[in-house]
Amino acid sequence: MSVPADDLGAFAAALLDPERPPPPGLATWNGSDPALRFAVYRNNVAVSLVEALADTFPVTRELVGAPFFEAMARGFITTGPPRSAMLTEYGDAFPEFIADFAPAACLPYLPDLAWLERRRVQAYHAADVEVLGGADLAVHLATPDRLPGTRLTLHPSLAVIASRHAICSLWAAHQGEGQIESVDPTRPESALILRQGDQVLVLPIPEAAAAFIAGLAASAPLGESAAAATDRDPSFDLAQALALLIRQGGIAAWHAPRDPHP
Amino acid sequence: MLTPAEHPVAVGIGLKPRHVRQILTEGAQLDFFEVHAENYMVPGGPYLRHLGQIRERFALSIHGVGLSIGGAGPLDPTHLDRLDRLLRRFEPQWFSEHLAWSSHGGAFYNDLLPVPYDRSSLTRVCDHIDQVQERLGRRLLLENPSTYLEFAASTLDEGSFLAQVVRRTGCGLLLDVNNAYVSAVNHGHDPWDLIAALPRSAVGEIHLAGFAEDRDGAGDRLLIDTHGAPVAEAVWELYRRTLAHLGPRPTLIERDQAIPPLETLVAEATKARSDLEAAAFGAREAA
Repeated sequence: MSVPADDLGAFAAALLDPERPPPPGLATWNGSDPALRFAVYRNNVAVSLVEALADTFPVTRELVGAPFFEAMARGFITTGPPRSAMLTEYGDAFPEFIADFAPAACLPYLPDLAWLERRRVQAYHAADVEVLGGADLAVHLATPDRLPGTRLTLHPSLAVIASRHAICSLWAAHQGEGQIESVDPTRPESALILRQGDQVLVLPIPEAAAAFIAGLAASAPLGESAAAATDRDPSFDLAQALALLIRQGGIAAWHAPRDPHP
Repeated sequence: MLTPAEHPVAVGIGLKPRHVRQILTEGAQLDFFEVHAENYMVPGGPYLRHLGQIRERFALSIHGVGLSIGGAGPLDPTHLDRLDRLLRRFEPQWFSEHLAWSSHGGAFYNDLLPVPYDRSSLTRVCDHIDQVQERLGRRLLLENPSTYLEFAASTLDEGSFLAQVVRRTGCGLLLDVNNAYVSAVNHGHDPWDLIAALPRSAVGEIHLAGFAEDRDGAGDRLLIDTHGAPVAEAVWELYRRTLAHLGPRPTLIERDQAIPPLETLVAEATKARSDLEAAAFGAREAA
């Protein structure tokens, strides 16, 4: 008898769609309307998923206010419930949903800011690896002719976001750093996101440095990544950008060109 | 000598990230902590490191909320693999899941949804539990749910359903006394019908939590299992009666909403401990 499995399908379909009637086959001990009781499940699902998104996107929520955020999050949930029971993986598509969410169009920086928050959560839970310090790298830096062909493995928590908006300053102002009034949201900013100990850092970096690191993250060699950065900004300083990565603990492995496993 | 976890007079609380630092620096008058498995199925970072530090000093219960044992479809093999890795890494004293479903057709609903209590559900749930216990190589404690609806298709009461599952699969039970109370009020039953129907020796852990109160369409009480309030007095009474019936069992205070300071939760656990000690004393007297 396959009735229960069918019942669960109808149950599931009605959970996220308030227009649908409750599934058939429900019973109540006192003959009360099962729709009101079904609404408890509907509400549990929506509220818990909105909360999961609010946990990942707290600054986005502060920027638009709780009621607006809830409406936006509920809209997102109906387009795409989680595909995994690990809610730390939920919300990759939320920034894109925000970009297409017409009522939020007056806040053009919101999608990138949401993406910054999503990246922070990913960084927080990223794998633990040892990083290379200045002493480990001295020998490599002493042979500059091999630098252009060198590839790096970056720390698993590391991400860069290049934005046309002041995402670092907006985010920082919501951490009690700096004044929100003094932030010009139209100023382009790039962010380096990286976990150090228990903290996830959000560091403003030059756009060219972001292009450089994005190249490395995509497994391009140092020379090619530096050229892409110089295209953005002729004054790009490779030594400074490398020093930043080393200082912040962003390099997990160094693959000089003759290494067999780049 | 029994370890704290094997000792039936053991109390614990759900581990909250905001309490971890305090627990690690000041300690806590508790025997074990419980975590939701899915929160720790991450590649790395502070959660796993902190849980390792907690595990060095306390017993651990890993409580799954996403396996969807009551689901219509097959279990997610990726989820089982992740669960296996987590259990091997932390080797908890208890592993539990719910008589409920949370996924359907690849979508995850993040709620514990109700299962019809009929023969085909029974077969499905038992098949899933067999698969879980075989894959993980350990005994699962199955938790009775809070429910807000019943199914016309149900032919068994919840206690008989759970007793059959235990008999067929050899799994244990996590008796959530609050859920027993909530479901009984919501369906006009006596909560004792459920508890008395359970095979006593199968109950390996007890949960206590708080509920919120609403009304249904007929104006009758409809209790919502929020984990957002202290344990209600009616649930404490039911807990004491349960301990007199079963003997002491490791007991957890659950709180997932409106999380109070650590001391408040430890105080609730201490209240459970004194009931457990009284039950242990009563059991010795009777013996």
